[in-house]
Parts: sequence; C-alpha cells; structure tokens
Amino acid sequence: MKIIFYIIQKEFKQIFRNKGMLPIIFVLPLLQLVILSNAATFEVKNIKFAYIDNDQSTSSRALIEKFEASTYFNVQTSFPSEVLASSAMLKGEVDVVIDIPLYFERDLQKDKKVNLGITINAIDGAAAGVENVYITQIIRSFSKQIKMDLKQKSDSQIQPVNIETIPLFWYNETLNYKTFMVPGILVLLVTMITLFLSGMNIVREKEIGTLEQINVTPIKKSQFIIGKLFPFWIIGMGLLTIGLILARLIFNVPMLGNLVLMYAYTSVYILVILGMGLFISNFTDTQQQAMFIAWFFTVIFILMSGLFTPIESMPEWAQILTEFNPIKYFVEVMRMVMLKGSGFIDILPQFIKTLIYAVIMNILAVWRYRKTT
Amino acid sequence: MNSNNVIQAEGLTKIFGDFTAVNAITFEVKKGEIFGFLGANGAGKTTAMKMLIGISLPTSGAAQVAGFDVFTKAEDIKKNIGYMSQKFALYDDLTVKENITFFGGIYGLSKVKIKIKTKELIDDLGLDEVANQLVGSLPLGWKQKISFSVALLHEPKIVFLDEPTGGVDPITRRQFWEMIYRAAHEGTTIFVTTHYMDEAEYCDRVSIMVNGKIEALDTPKKLKEQFQVDNMNDVFLKLARG
Repeated sequence: MKIIFYIIQKEFKQIFRNKGMLPIIFVLPLLQLVILSNAATFEVKNIKFAYIDNDQSTSSRALIEKFEASTYFNVQTSFPSEVLASSAMLKGEVDVVIDIPLYFERDLQKDKKVNLGITINAIDGAAAGVENVYITQIIRSFSKQIKMDLKQKSDSQIQPVNIETIPLFWYNETLNYKTFMVPGILVLLVTMITLFLSGMNIVREKEIGTLEQINVTPIKKSQFIIGKLFPFWIIGMGLLTIGLILARLIFNVPMLGNLVLMYAYTSVYILVILGMGLFISNFTDTQQQAMFIAWFFTVIFILMSGLFTPIESMPEWAQILTEFNPIKYFVEVMRMVMLKGSGFIDILPQFIKTLIYAVIMNILAVWRYRKTT
Repeated sequence: MNSNNVIQAEGLTKIFGDFTAVNAITFEVKKGEIFGFLGANGAGKTTAMKMLIGISLPTSGAAQVAGFDVFTKAEDIKKNIGYMSQKFALYDDLTVKENITFFGGIYGLSKVKIKIKTKELIDDLGLDEVANQLVGSLPLGWKQKISFSVALLHEPKIVFLDEPTGGVDPITRRQFWEMIYRAAHEGTTIFVTTHYMDEAEYCDRVSIMVNGKIEALDTPKKLKEQFQVDNMNDVFLKLARG
C-alpha cells in the first residue's frame, strides 16, 4: 500500500509539473466540448436553392414563394435551362434544383398528376436525405392548399381521407441536438484523454529508461500498475465532473438521472480505457507508436459508437462489432441517465458488459506487462 | 555454492533469434570484490548484466546472485542488488530529494529511514544547494553521482554499474571511483562494466568479453603478466583484435 502511495505521489508531481501537459489535459477537452457541441449538428440550414420555372404561372410562383418563406432554404436564382442548373450544381453553387414543368398550373387545375423534377446534390448523403424531407414537406403542404382551393371550385371531387401524423418527441421535446450531442461528446473527451495519457505514460518511462530502473526494484507488478493508473482514473473522473458542470451551465442539458449512478458507471468505464492504454504501452516502444495505435482505436470506436450515426442503420456485421465498443456503452448510459433519468436496472446490461470488459482488459494488460523479458 | 561467492554463473547463455549475444559464460564474483566486466561495444556485457539483475531471462545455463537463482528467484535478487544503468535513469522532472524519496519508497524503506538517507546522501555529495532543484537541470557528472548513491539507498549486497562514467570528465571519474571504493570498503560487492582501461586497473579482478565469450579473467596484474604488456589497454587490444 505504502509503495503504491509513493508512485501515485510521484505521478501527480510529474503531471502537475509539466506545464505543457496541463492545458492539454484540462483546457483543450473543455474547449472541444464547447466547440464540438455547438458545431456537430444534424440540422441542415441555408440550403442553396434554385429553380427552373418553365410555367411562369401564379401557381409556380406560389410554390417558389413557399420555399422562400422557409428558414431552411436560401433561394438563389432561377435558371432558364436544365443545363445551366446542372453546371451550377457541379460548381457547388446550388444544392437543390426544382424543375417546374410547362402547364404546371393548367394540369393542377385539371387535377391531373403533375411531376416536379427535383435534383439534390447528394455528395453528403445524410444532408441530402434531410433536404429531401424538407422539400417533401413543403410540396405536400403546397398541394394541400391547392386542393382546398380547387375544392371550393368543384365539390363533385371525392377527397381521399387525409391521414396526418403528429409526432411526439420524448426525452428531447424540442429536438435540441445539443441535448443529444453534449453527453456524447463528454464521453469522447473522457475516453480520449484517459486513453492517451495512460497509453503514453508507461511508454514514456520506457523511452527515457526509467522503466528499466523500476524493473530492477522488487516492486510488484500490481503495485506499479495501480500506482501508475490511479492518477489517470482521478483525472478522468475530474474531467467528467467539469464536463457535467459545463453541460449544465452552458448547454442547459437536463440531468434527470442519478449522478451517483453516472459516477459509478464512469468509474468502471475508465478502468476499461486504462487497461487498454496499459495494454497498448506493453506492445509499443515509443510514444509515437502508442499514439498511433491509440488513435486507430479511438477513431473506430468513435465512428462506431452511435454518437454521430445511429447503430441501427449500420450493416449487421458492424452492429455485432459495436458490441465490443466500450464507447458505445458509455454513450448509451450517458444519454439514458442524463436525458431519460434511467435507473440502475435500466443500465444494468451496459453496466455488466462494461464490468466484464474492464476485468478482461486489465487481466490481459497486467499479464502482458513483464518485468523480465 | 561457495559462501564467499555472491555471483556465480555457469554456462550462462542468451540467444536472440539466431544471434548468440552471450555465449556460455562461467565466472564467479566474491563478496566485497570490485569486479570489472570489460568488453568492446556489442561484446554482450550489458546483456549478461541484465540476466544477472533479473530483467532478462537467460536462454540456458545457470546463475545465482546473492544466493538466489536467476530463473526462479529474480524478485528476491532485486531486493539485494542496486543497479545503475548506462542511460541516466532518475526522473529529470523531479528534484534530487523527490527522486531519493521515490526510490527509497519503492524499495520499501520507512519514512524515517528515507529522511536519514536523504540527509546523508545530500551531505556526502555536498548537494545542499541543489537538493530542491530538478535533477534535469544538473550537470551529468552530478547526476551520475546521485544515481550511484540512489542505487545504494537500500543498502544492497551487490551493486551493478553499467558504464557509470561514460561521458564525464577525468576529475569526476576520479571522484566517482572514490565513491566506488568507499562502498566496497563498507562491504558492498561492485560489479562494474567500463570502456576505460585505466579504470580496469582499479578493479580487484577483471573479465574481458569478446563476441559473447569471456576470453580472460584474472587480476589486472596477472593479466598484464600473462599477455606480457604493461597496461590493461594493451591486454584489451590483444584480446579484442584476436
């Protein structure tokens, strides 16, 4: 016990003495939290909209006005021909082109089927999907209006029963993406900082030769490792605390669940990450190598965590892979506890999986750590 | 094992892939001796030493250090030895005092003992003024003296020094050897590797390694007689050139 204390004391001295590392540990992550939470949005705004109006009628102008009235669309120009519109899209000047055919108004009045040509720049598929939804909504509401106008003119028409869905958004009523993103980004920060610090810390001692000096002392593997990793566990919990305070103060993210539960889960989760960091440092000889491997895993873990893209929409094999992604569980737990107020029973599956993960990871790491080669 | 021998190696071998770094070396070191472990760069000195201090497992052969087997009792060996590596291995970002406290701590010394040892060490080396300075800011010669003192902190039976005087000036080297003599006088066995043949003259006995094998082992005086030269430098050159 006493020996562990000496190592912890030394680690903290080194961490707080390193003027270059302190801001990296505490300031950068919080800057990231503020910037990323504000920037990483799924909403698509300022869509550059153009049209080809072949009809030049009251109806066609009414349709375009509807787009102009929308806050999502930025109506740019009218193009006389499809060719010009296409080349503008190629240059990236427009995102969406709507092609209104000749006799648009006449056909509407005759209640014939009217085809509108809509072209969407789909390089960013997700954005294109969102744009498509917006456009469909606008056109639907436009056609409803027209139908009502027509109905007044001819009552003989049989109206189809209109089915309308009224969605209720639970747990995030206003669909505020920040409420959704902040807990996730907090997860990222806690993970990245603890993984990088623990992964590089022991390799650093390898590089400067002090690890060899440690290995010729009678210190036990477990003493050394606990002493080494404990400070980073503390730092991880500290980051979580600061992050939660910021989430509350700056982003006003609701905190429905039990804070104790959140801390209990995080304390186990960080063990997974520290075990991983230690495992990486066992296999590497330089901080550079450790850094690259840590990066490789974080990128995969982040992109497959359900943080930015829903896991449900991944192919099946990828969904199976995400079962091995600790970040996925942390993101789920964070969102469940913070936004839904989930209790211990609700997060039990994640809790158990994380616990097993932590045990396996640390056993592997300690087993791989060799005082004698 | 002869109770007077604190290190005893027999046919100790280390093979990396198809390269034999240490080829069946046999020797013993007596209690209280200053044993010089000589050899050219790459002769296998450091590898041999790493096997003896329990951080590298021998491929074959047998060795006992301080009465413990290197294969099965490496951790017991570590309690009884001190080690100063080729690379300076104290923490540059800790002060002199903090380094002493840390290493004393992980060797399991009591708080009181650490305090006493710290004071002793600082007085002996005349480090009063720099005791609270970061080790990284001190000149190399000082660092090495501190390293050596830290290696002796837990009063080991044997201390292993891997090229302890590399890169320091002749005056500091001289002072360093005075420290070695003092430790030996107090009963500590010294196992030292070096490049400097004048330093070899200070040893009680020396072994000379060439390509993984011990080619000569005796007192400096007898080796000079055997090779009919008048200094260790010539002994070394005769052997190393084969």
